[in-house]
Amino acid sequence: MIRLTVNSAPRQFDGDPDMPLLWYLRDFIDLTGSKFGCGMGLCGACTVHLNGQPTRSCVTAMKAAAGKNVVTIEGLSANGDHPVQKAWKECNVPQCGYCQSGQIMQAVALLKQKPKPTDQDIDSAMQGVICRCGTYQRIRKAIKQAAGVTA
Amino acid sequence: MIHITTVSRRGFLGKMFSAGALVLGARALPAAQAASAAWAPNVYLGIETDGTVILVTHRSEMGTGIRSVLPTLLAEELEADWSRVKLEQAIGDEKYGSQNTDGSCSIRDFYDTMREAGASARLMLERAAAARWRVPAAGCKAQNHFIVHTATGRKLGFGELAAAAKQQAVPKKDELSLKTPAEFRYIGKEMPTIDRDALCTGRGVFGMDAKVPGMVYASIERSPVFGGTLKSFDDSAAKKIKGVQQTIVIDPFKPPHLFQALGGVAVIADNTWSAIEGRKALKVEWNSGENAGFDSAAYRKELHEAARRPQKVVRNIGDVDAEFRRAAKTHEADYYVPLLSHAPMEPPVAVAEFKDGKVIAHAPTQNPQAVQEAVSSALGIAKKDVICHVTLLGGGFGRKSKPDHVVEAALLSKKAGKPVKVVWSREEDLRFDYYHAAAAMHMKAAMDARGRPTAWLHRSVFPTIGSTFDASARYGQEFEMGMGWVDLPFDIPNHRAENGPAKNPVRIGWMRAVANIYHAYAIHSFVDELARAANRDTVEYLLDVIGPARRINIEPEGMKYWNNTQPQEKFPVDTGRLRRVIELAAEKSGWAKKKPGNGRALGIAAHRSFLTYVAAVVEVEVGANGQIRIPRVDIAVDAGVTINPDRVRSQFEGASVFGTSIALLGEITAANGRIQQSNFHNYQVARMHQAPYQTHVHVVASQAPPAGVGEPGVPPIAPAICNAIHAATGKRIRELPLKNHKLA
Repeated sequence: MIRLTVNSAPRQFDGDPDMPLLWYLRDFIDLTGSKFGCGMGLCGACTVHLNGQPTRSCVTAMKAAAGKNVVTIEGLSANGDHPVQKAWKECNVPQCGYCQSGQIMQAVALLKQKPKPTDQDIDSAMQGVICRCGTYQRIRKAIKQAAGVTA
Repeated sequence: MIHITTVSRRGFLGKMFSAGALVLGARALPAAQAASAAWAPNVYLGIETDGTVILVTHRSEMGTGIRSVLPTLLAEELEADWSRVKLEQAIGDEKYGSQNTDGSCSIRDFYDTMREAGASARLMLERAAAARWRVPAAGCKAQNHFIVHTATGRKLGFGELAAAAKQQAVPKKDELSLKTPAEFRYIGKEMPTIDRDALCTGRGVFGMDAKVPGMVYASIERSPVFGGTLKSFDDSAAKKIKGVQQTIVIDPFKPPHLFQALGGVAVIADNTWSAIEGRKALKVEWNSGENAGFDSAAYRKELHEAARRPQKVVRNIGDVDAEFRRAAKTHEADYYVPLLSHAPMEPPVAVAEFKDGKVIAHAPTQNPQAVQEAVSSALGIAKKDVICHVTLLGGGFGRKSKPDHVVEAALLSKKAGKPVKVVWSREEDLRFDYYHAAAAMHMKAAMDARGRPTAWLHRSVFPTIGSTFDASARYGQEFEMGMGWVDLPFDIPNHRAENGPAKNPVRIGWMRAVANIYHAYAIHSFVDELARAANRDTVEYLLDVIGPARRINIEPEGMKYWNNTQPQEKFPVDTGRLRRVIELAAEKSGWAKKKPGNGRALGIAAHRSFLTYVAAVVEVEVGANGQIRIPRVDIAVDAGVTINPDRVRSQFEGASVFGTSIALLGEITAANGRIQQSNFHNYQVARMHQAPYQTHVHVVASQAPPAGVGEPGVPPIAPAICNAIHAATGKRIRELPLKNHKLA
């Protein structure tokens, strides 16, 4: 039996311990905000926080999440009002929106680590999360806005 | 031609509106069909007695914002309070007219319809208020969800008038008064999209997120070679995997492949992971069939060779050959664009339930009516018995107007006896796509003393999208030729286009901007080559080649010009507008002032597609070890009337990135009939650090009829990047992508 905490709620899982956390979140507890895009940790659409660290849930086995604290986009804020989410809305970042949960979770982790990121910091933190619609310049703008740094 | 009438709330509308609601339907039909067509409304608006305005939107949301922009038009003419507009996504149904959200035409085709529907409802409300007050209707005006009697200031809410308005006759078109641009409160204003907040909180429901009670999950093993058939399989190991329920064989398609399921062996499981693991554990042998020898390097050679031989003439002005013989100077070049994959972030996915002879599907589809058609023909049921709910699309780019994945889910549900969700992995998405066509293009020009072309030959060879519908199709279709090729508006007296035949060793399909991608790449690389050869500035040269501002009637001999299905009287080829966007992009980018140096330089390309005029100036920086940075892109756009400037900008910002992926990274290759790319490590798309740092979008204020926005930003990007690279390094890139070339 694997025990873990998801968005502050204790959870138990007795299935395949090798199953990636992403499919547990999506298929077993209906937290579909984290997306499947590649299954290899290459696109970042599945990014969640595992004990506060941005983590690709599509390549994180359930056994590796045992005893840990998982935060998904659904648990990031009560009313969608995390400063990063607010900046995302103000900048009208999403196009199709499929990757944006992963983008936001990655950006939140970046700002925790570097509250005033440079362009270089943003590039290196965000290049693991692909947006096929091409919203990158608005993502950059929203991160800077949330951080209160000027472009 | 547009007809608006009241609609019975019975039937499918019954669930959406309550009894007292005013419900209006509108239909837009080509004039020729209008007289004989059956009642076919394609948009609906309703006003509930509580004042809620409901719009049924029939187009799919894949990131353009169309779900938000269409109701803007309605709310505008209705004089509705935007905060009281609610949206219902339509299921697939031919009564809406075309629902194919493809070809950058939703606004173009529904701008008038939506406004007239809104204006009709407004007039009915005004007349209802006038009757209530016993005053002339002319003195009653809609203002922000109320009808106001201007003389006395009395007012009634839309909701209070809905029931009475329903009794009013639907106004004739000539009774309607549409707002003037000065009166617009929503059109031309920045409005947030309806889905914005949901998409920032993980609450948007995509196809990947659809779930119905009792649903099982399927992962399908398909022939690695296009057209291969199942020889044998062993599922004993697959069935030992926890959660795997059964395996089901899907029969191979019969040519033409259309939107049929490709066929294969499906593993059904009680969760996605078990289905994927089960599929990996299958042992399958295939009969590879006629495409087993497909090798993309040999294919490229074949296309190039065909492009160097005389081919079928598809446009001919003057005498190109005579001019080539006479001219003192000629220049030739061959270009190539490889197969490309759409790679939307959400891979193909669908949920379908077959029950009591009907299918209920939930799918991220650009075309729910194509779902109905493909599923009905695969299962042998009536089209009306396929109910297709449209989810949000995690990217479409043309991939999701082909509903083969929905057909798979429906076939499997019928055999499994329960609802099935088919999930494609990224590997499947890249290996079994309807690929963007590879294309070889041979260009030749003769020049006068100033280097200006006196003759222009453009030979193009590519597998046609027509092969989807006719397995024997080898030549380009009218729409592929009309995409910036036979409609090239250059002022050159001798001009010939030729098209050579090509087989399709894989499925070929339209991808964002379609044939414009390779045509614009060849044309604008070649223009830049000619300008350099003449030692002239490319902007000045390009304007010279386009010639003076004029409207060109493109009707090549023996061939009807496609013009995106639109009449040239309404959407002419207007070189004045093309010139204007070139001048604007040049001005905004600082073209005249920025001289190449330190590996930095600008490149330009301009292209009319989807009836929109676009010019892009790209600034590149090539580092000492050959790495490319794109600090800035300036895109000038004339798309006619635009509705939401923010969503227009976002489409062109996105196109700039999409075009960058094509130029720098995109390439699908094959050996032994097998696609060699499998995921984002070997089919790369632009990431943040590779994408243009800033794309500045400059929209020309225009009162011309609205044209396309979603796609036309893509075609000029790749040639502008390659032209900038030439200016920076002296290296001419004639085959994409750039990752295959050493720039240092």
